[in-house]
Amino acid sequence: MLKLENITLNLPEKDNLLRDVSLSINPGKLTVITGPNGGGKTSLAKIIAGLYVPTSGRIILDDEDITQMSITDRAQKGIAYAFQQPVSFKGINVRTLMGIAAGGEMSEMRMCRILEKVGLCARDYMDREMDSHLSGGEMKRIEIATVLARGAKYIVFDEPEAGIDLWSFTSLIQAFESLKDYEEVALLIISHQERILNIADEIVVIRDGNITQNGTREEVFPTLMKNNSDNYCPKGKEMF
Amino acid sequence: MDKITEEILHEITDWDGVFSGAYSLRENGECISFQNSDHIRIVKKDDKPGIDIYISGKAQNETVYIPACVTKSDVHDLVYNDFHVQSGANVTIVAGCGVHTDAEEGSNHNGIHRFFLESGSHVVYKEKHIGIGEGGGKRVIDPVTYAEIGDGALLEMETLQLGGVDETTRDTSAILKNNAGLIIHESIMTDNEETAVTKFSVDMEGEDSNVDLISRSVAKGNSYQEYSSAINGKCRCKGHSECDAILVGNGRVNASPALNASSTDANLIHEAAIGKIAGEQIIKLMTLGLSEEEAEERIIAGFLGA
Ligand SMILES: Nc1ncnc2c1ncn2[C@@H]1O[C@H](COP(=O)(O)OP(=O)(O)O)[C@@H](O)[C@H]1O
Ligand SMILES: [Mg+2]
Repeated sequence: MLKLENITLNLPEKDNLLRDVSLSINPGKLTVITGPNGGGKTSLAKIIAGLYVPTSGRIILDDEDITQMSITDRAQKGIAYAFQQPVSFKGINVRTLMGIAAGGEMSEMRMCRILEKVGLCARDYMDREMDSHLSGGEMKRIEIATVLARGAKYIVFDEPEAGIDLWSFTSLIQAFESLKDYEEVALLIISHQERILNIADEIVVIRDGNITQNGTREEVFPTLMKNNSDNYCPKGKEMF
Repeated sequence: MDKITEEILHEITDWDGVFSGAYSLRENGECISFQNSDHIRIVKKDDKPGIDIYISGKAQNETVYIPACVTKSDVHDLVYNDFHVQSGANVTIVAGCGVHTDAEEGSNHNGIHRFFLESGSHVVYKEKHIGIGEGGGKRVIDPVTYAEIGDGALLEMETLQLGGVDETTRDTSAILKNNAGLIIHESIMTDNEETAVTKFSVDMEGEDSNVDLISRSVAKGNSYQEYSSAINGKCRCKGHSECDAILVGNGRVNASPALNASSTDANLIHEAAIGKIAGEQIIKLMTLGLSEEEAEERIIAGFLGA
């Protein structure tokens, strides 16, 4: 279990990015964090992966306090984080990046299977560089694929829906379901997508650095529509 | 063969005991062995040190090796190698040089290479430079490369210098005829007190000629690199140059790319970026389980294509 206890985050440029946030993420469960832009969702993901160190509060991973632990050590302990904004690299291709993620060279077969989950064909992408020649959507899918390649026990996906077409999205949803159901992964997905909210076990709403709602899907989901009718997207896909 | 020569060959070529096909091996200022193939003839120059390499149009997918090794201090090697590439040939030339010093005197290798590519020929030129050894003597490599690229011919140059060369001055120039192409990928890494100066000058004289010049440098320690390029478009042509540098520690890079267009149909572009490794790149690789140092190494190796 991964537990956040009373996390507060102040950064030099911004106070109260997160205020007294407590949350736990459990193996075999999908927790979806949602809420308006700028609410602090990505900051929370960065706290989990170690990119930000909280101003106060503790992070407990399977009974160990990892609050001060480095990014690398957390990664090695099984925490994975798919960035909202993928990072580009000049001269590093998809094959190499996935190899780094998997902790060693990866067979073509395995690469195929993983890239397929994000709707990409390994043959077309393995040797492509992770640079500006890839589109935003392609970068985003490769970012997700690299994280899938890690075989981690705790995985955070930050708005995985961005740049993914409807068809690939179905297979991504399946990938998420199989991670939690068959591989006992603790999944935390930051999302506004109804189809992702639909498969959530728990839904957490973050606004202005606070958790304003936290409960089972059955409890929280119906209230999302009601409380946010002013922000409701007419297309029925995005709720914030 | 000298043990050090073997070590150098291993580093700068894919040598594993023998060269199949044409080659010429230079050690401490002398050609110590060479071999012709059916389509590639190597002839010693009689007026100055060096060789002429005649590549017939029948040479297809052949590789010729011309490595140069300096294995000890106080060697000052100057060599002139001319490549005459006939129409239609399609070959890879593996050059490269290693300088080893074992005492306080420095050694240098100064290779002057000229390429004459006849129409429609295709040459891939690979050159790797290294400096090794414990001696305090400076390891210096100063290559001069000149290429005349005929109608529809293509020269691809991949040059790599990864470390240990105390000083280098590289001078590369080319003239392109109609539809000729030139692709250059240069990667240089310097460390400690090393210096590297690289200059390019490309004249696009023929209609629809094009050049793509990509230079990547990493300057670590107290090292210093200087880059200058002049891409001259005199007709309807395309030129692209890209100069990227990563600074580590107190490394310094000075880049001055120039584009000179003297025709309204010349289409020239330059991109340049100098800076330290992007923090987000290191962080991304750390989230994949690498340490900060490992992440830095991977980023630099990828960047240099090493
Ligand atoms: N490093 C930072 N420095 C200053 N402000 C930041 C930093 N990171 C995030 N913020 C700000 O904090 C707020 C929350 O950001 P973020 O966690 O990215 O929100 P969300 O992911 O919910 O959209 C935003 O207003 C954002 O601009
Ligand atoms: Mg965000």
